[in-house]
Amino acid sequence: MSADACSVILFHTSNHAFRAEKVLKERGLSCKLVPVPRHLSSECGVCLRIERELLDSVKPVLLAAHVEIAAAHDA
Amino acid sequence: MLTPLYLDNAATSWPKPPVVTAAVVRYLEQVGANPGRSGHRLSNEAGRIVDAAREVLAKLFGVRNPLRIVFGANCTEALNLALCGLLRAGDHVITSSMEHNSMMRPLRQLESEGVELTVVPCRPDGTIDCTLVEAAVLPNTVLIALTHASNVVGTLLPVAEIGQIARKHDLLLLVDAASTAGAFPIDVVADNIDLLAFAGHKSLLGPTGTGGLAIGERVDLSRLRPLMRGGTGSRSEFEAQPDFLPDKYESGTLNVMGLAGLGAGASWIRERGIEAIRAHHQTITQELIDGLGNIAGVTVYGTMDASKQVATVSFTINRMSPSEAGFLLDEEFNLQCRIGLQCAPAAHHTIGTFPEGTIRFAPGNFTDRNDVMRALEAVSRLAGRAR
Repeated sequence: MSADACSVILFHTSNHAFRAEKVLKERGLSCKLVPVPRHLSSECGVCLRIERELLDSVKPVLLAAHVEIAAAHDA
Repeated sequence: MLTPLYLDNAATSWPKPPVVTAAVVRYLEQVGANPGRSGHRLSNEAGRIVDAAREVLAKLFGVRNPLRIVFGANCTEALNLALCGLLRAGDHVITSSMEHNSMMRPLRQLESEGVELTVVPCRPDGTIDCTLVEAAVLPNTVLIALTHASNVVGTLLPVAEIGQIARKHDLLLLVDAASTAGAFPIDVVADNIDLLAFAGHKSLLGPTGTGGLAIGERVDLSRLRPLMRGGTGSRSEFEAQPDFLPDKYESGTLNVMGLAGLGAGASWIRERGIEAIRAHHQTITQELIDGLGNIAGVTVYGTMDASKQVATVSFTINRMSPSEAGFLLDEEFNLQCRIGLQCAPAAHHTIGTFPEGTIRFAPGNFTDRNDVMRALEAVSRLAGRAR
């Protein structure tokens, strides 16, 4: 996926990011763990990069899996 | 030379399934990194290992959200987190007289600090009268805290029934599942268990140094204080402890190699099936109970009914101290077991074996009928010698 068509989903903790990655991949939703971009947060952990058009379908999946989204941004 | 006959699975299970060793080695040789901190691929893989352990344990215990499982060093730490985190001076807590010191010692400490404690007496076979539990409820009761099964005689306590009592009176239920997690079916939702403390190195088949606490949704996290505070890899710009799960209760780098093994052990259990494991334990436990009971000079404690207990059998030999018997079993028969009080003085007071204690045989998943016969023959010889 090219970075300009992507969104990043930020979580409160990397523990949530690993959970999210597992849940999304189980449902065939492509995603990648990447370090949190410094301009978005001073967080030192990881976030998930997904294709921007997947964002709306990803949100309810994470909600159902009890994974709270801290923020979502264009990458 | 005889091969070791290991009947100390209630302390630590051994041997482990080969997949447990393989998972530990894989982490050490191919992953190695710190989970959830650095963001590179090895760190992420370590994070996935921890997450996978959370997920498989959640499935095993009926926990809907794996992120509500927090890991620590052992079941003792989990019990301390639950008890010391929840209880305040003026609160009342109910426990049983069959508890391990991992429950009783934090409770006695809290009692000295102003927490009110009721210890409900159990019967000499380790069973409990649930009406006594309900009768002990006071206006300031906040928690019922008890073991799922005795680590001395294996007797199961009716946690589902007590869970109903807890719910009826709007109390929390803390269950010490050290002796049952991985050996007996557990469903935190069906049984109304709000806090489930488990050991990784016993029937869950993981390495030592692993354990944790499943925290139910009725538990107010703002009330449950962490035992420790520190680095979590999250909210690093703030010096206050994170207030969300699991980070609030997981400060410092986790035992990832241990959790790799624990996840593999729990997966092995899920593949084999907890019901099949339970059936095997029940069969060999009944053979042990019956066989020991038929040896002249041997007294067996507990319900004598393997359907009412886990794979833990306590007995004594007339005119031979448990410590001498334990030494001879190891020295002459290469049989490893646990003797004495098993860290549970309250339970020995209850069954009538304080202060000498008992000899405890705890078979495991790999103990078979031949092992039971060999153990019975060894005890028979010792009992004959003592007569």
